[in-house]
Amino acid sequence: MQFTRTEMLPPQPPPVSQSGAVKWVRENLFSGPLNTILTLLSILVVYYLLNLSLPWLLHGVWNASSLTECRTIIAANFGPDAGGGCWAMIHARWYQWIFGFYPPEVYWRPILNFGLLFVAMAPILFSDNLRGSVKLVGTVAVLTIIALTLAQGPWWVFALCSALMLASVAVALLAPRYLLVATVLYPFATVWLLWGGSIWGPVTAMLGFVVLVLVYRPLSPRLGVVMATSLAVVAAAIWWGVLDSYVAAALEQVVSLSIQPVESDKFGGFLLAFLIGVSSISISLPIGILLALGRQSDMFLIKTLSVAFIEFVRGVPLITMLFTASLLLQYFLPPQVQFDLILRVIILVTLFSAAYNAEVIRGGLAALPKGQYEAADALGMDYWQAQRLIIMPQALKVSIPGIVSTFIGLFKDTTLVSFVGLQDPLRGITTIVRADINWKGIYWEPYIFVGVIFFAACYGMSRYSLYLERKLHTDHR
Amino acid sequence: MADPAMKISDEVAVQITAMNKWYGTFHVLRDINMTVQKGERIVVCGPSGSGKSTLIRCINRLEEHQQGQIIVDGTELTNDIKNIDKVRSEVGMVFQHFNLFPHLTILENLTLAPIWVRKIPKKEADETAMYFLSKVKIPEQAHKYPGQLSGGQQQRVAIARSLCMRPRIMLFDEPTSALDPEMIKEVLDTMIDLAKEGMTMLCVTHEMGFAQAVANRVIFMDQGQIVEQNEPREFFNNPKSERTKLFLSQILGH
Ligand SMILES: Nc1ncnc2c1ncn2[C@@H]1O[C@H](COP(=O)(O)OP(=O)(O)OP(=O)(O)O)[C@@H](O)[C@H]1O
Ligand SMILES: [Mg+2]
Repeated sequence: MQFTRTEMLPPQPPPVSQSGAVKWVRENLFSGPLNTILTLLSILVVYYLLNLSLPWLLHGVWNASSLTECRTIIAANFGPDAGGGCWAMIHARWYQWIFGFYPPEVYWRPILNFGLLFVAMAPILFSDNLRGSVKLVGTVAVLTIIALTLAQGPWWVFALCSALMLASVAVALLAPRYLLVATVLYPFATVWLLWGGSIWGPVTAMLGFVVLVLVYRPLSPRLGVVMATSLAVVAAAIWWGVLDSYVAAALEQVVSLSIQPVESDKFGGFLLAFLIGVSSISISLPIGILLALGRQSDMFLIKTLSVAFIEFVRGVPLITMLFTASLLLQYFLPPQVQFDLILRVIILVTLFSAAYNAEVIRGGLAALPKGQYEAADALGMDYWQAQRLIIMPQALKVSIPGIVSTFIGLFKDTTLVSFVGLQDPLRGITTIVRADINWKGIYWEPYIFVGVIFFAACYGMSRYSLYLERKLHTDHR
Repeated sequence: MADPAMKISDEVAVQITAMNKWYGTFHVLRDINMTVQKGERIVVCGPSGSGKSTLIRCINRLEEHQQGQIIVDGTELTNDIKNIDKVRSEVGMVFQHFNLFPHLTILENLTLAPIWVRKIPKKEADETAMYFLSKVKIPEQAHKYPGQLSGGQQQRVAIARSLCMRPRIMLFDEPTSALDPEMIKEVLDTMIDLAKEGMTMLCVTHEMGFAQAVANRVIFMDQGQIVEQNEPREFFNNPKSERTKLFLSQILGH
């Protein structure tokens, strides 16, 4: 049986697979008796739940000045027995949900700050995706300007803030690299915008980092990385602990650049949740990386300290830490230093999630083959180069789902700060709203509202992590 | 010696004197003495576990030796990080499993170390990278990721990556033993080209054809010791020690 092909076959398009809704339903919902029973049961459950909640949601009232008025309106429209959500409460207490007791005449400050947050994050979230970054900054600029028109304040503040937002869009479009300047300045701008006071406080705090670099640079070739880092940290600590406040005061004497100060106990609502959440998330990742590396280090002391810290923090509930920290941090600090409560909470939440991140990242590190380290070594890279260019990009990529889980957990844990007396949206503000004579007796609505906002934020994070995973998928294994 | 054009100078590239190494209590390298001249092409062979990998990994300090002396291009390997960095920047290494960086494109794999370690401007590094990619005959793959290449192509990229650092000595640890037979040749051809240009090479391999074609010396190791070394023709046709004879009969016998 001899055979020789004389003509090569041209490629054909793949066969059209059977498709259509009927086929999908049959394959996915009714493929067998068990599957059919489960499908029917699920439909029943969904129907029951919707039957229970849908009227309540649909009968909702958006305009009323009290719970009694809500009930009257619902009874008038849908009959005396009908139930309905009284969403007017959100409407009436909107500003309190968002800002807590922040002074209304300076609402523009948190608004601007929130807008700038996305400008600062854009170059990190969309590092090589110009369109994504421009879209984000553009949308945020529009929303911020709209929000600013709703806030009180002199016209020139509005003009200045709008100009700043538009300038950010221009930078994102024309010179995206320079958005990183916003990223670096953002933490200091946040402190100044939210708490107000003299601008020299944040500026001198920033100078501390300059001190750190100025000490490190000349010393590191002579004394080695470890010695130079330690000395630089000590120098910066002296600056922050001792000199910083004098310099700031002196500068304020010379050029006074102050805005109205706002005390920490005025902060509340989602402003507080986002402030704590965002700060802790962004600081806990680098600390988590350092802890993970410390745990893998050959240096006994560093390794032991890292392990001890991680295990301790993971073993203690966050609430316990929040409680004791209110007391403990005060013991360690000189009595005249009043340590800001929000700052204290941010530090604790940060350390808490850093420990979790460290473990997640350690998992990512363990997944890397030894050959990657060897290749980096063989090419002459030093430890930090190898970590930054080879190891971390791969280890972090593997750890993204875990890290994002930690972040989502952290963000939801910000509601726990109500236990140390801060006005978080879930318990703090809700309690206040329900104590109001007009809204006494309201129960589901505040929780649903807060839940929806938290869900939106967490869902956003989880979608972003999926985007990142897809973008970084270069293994093709 | 296959090609008279392959010059060997009398300058010393690597000098190992009375070197010993232990893994815990296991004496893995015992009293190693060897001198590698510039331009020499040495093939190291021996049974599995005889310490071949360990020996060449000591030369760029991926492994630390405990006794004796290793001098690479005039620099002694000690705990001094400066010396280690200096040696590593002069010694290129190619691994059995390529060890390319999967998160970077081929071009980025090649330019990363020149840019960060050698501080070469990106444009120049790109040009060098493309030059060496053409040399290993895969310039068209520059913007793909390692996972998209065949094993043979990946190993050639790994060779090009080392060459981009302009090393004076190249170490190869079984560069073809993770490859399918049809890809072995393309990698060996690349290595032969390199040898013809006068690169100092130390190569752990069981490819005896390669040894006969380019090596000017074959070193046979067993149980952590150098048992026999000779020029290839003598080594294969007229082995002196019983262990060598046994080994050769095993790998050439069938
Ligand atoms: N990290 C290590 N710790 C302990 N023992 C090791 C380690 N690495 C290698 N060994 C042992 O040292 C010996 C020599 O190993 P080496 O990898 O150098 O052998 P080889 O000659 O390269 O073998 P192969 O041909 O299988 O690659 C082996 O017995 C091995 O088990
Ligand atoms: Mg080996």
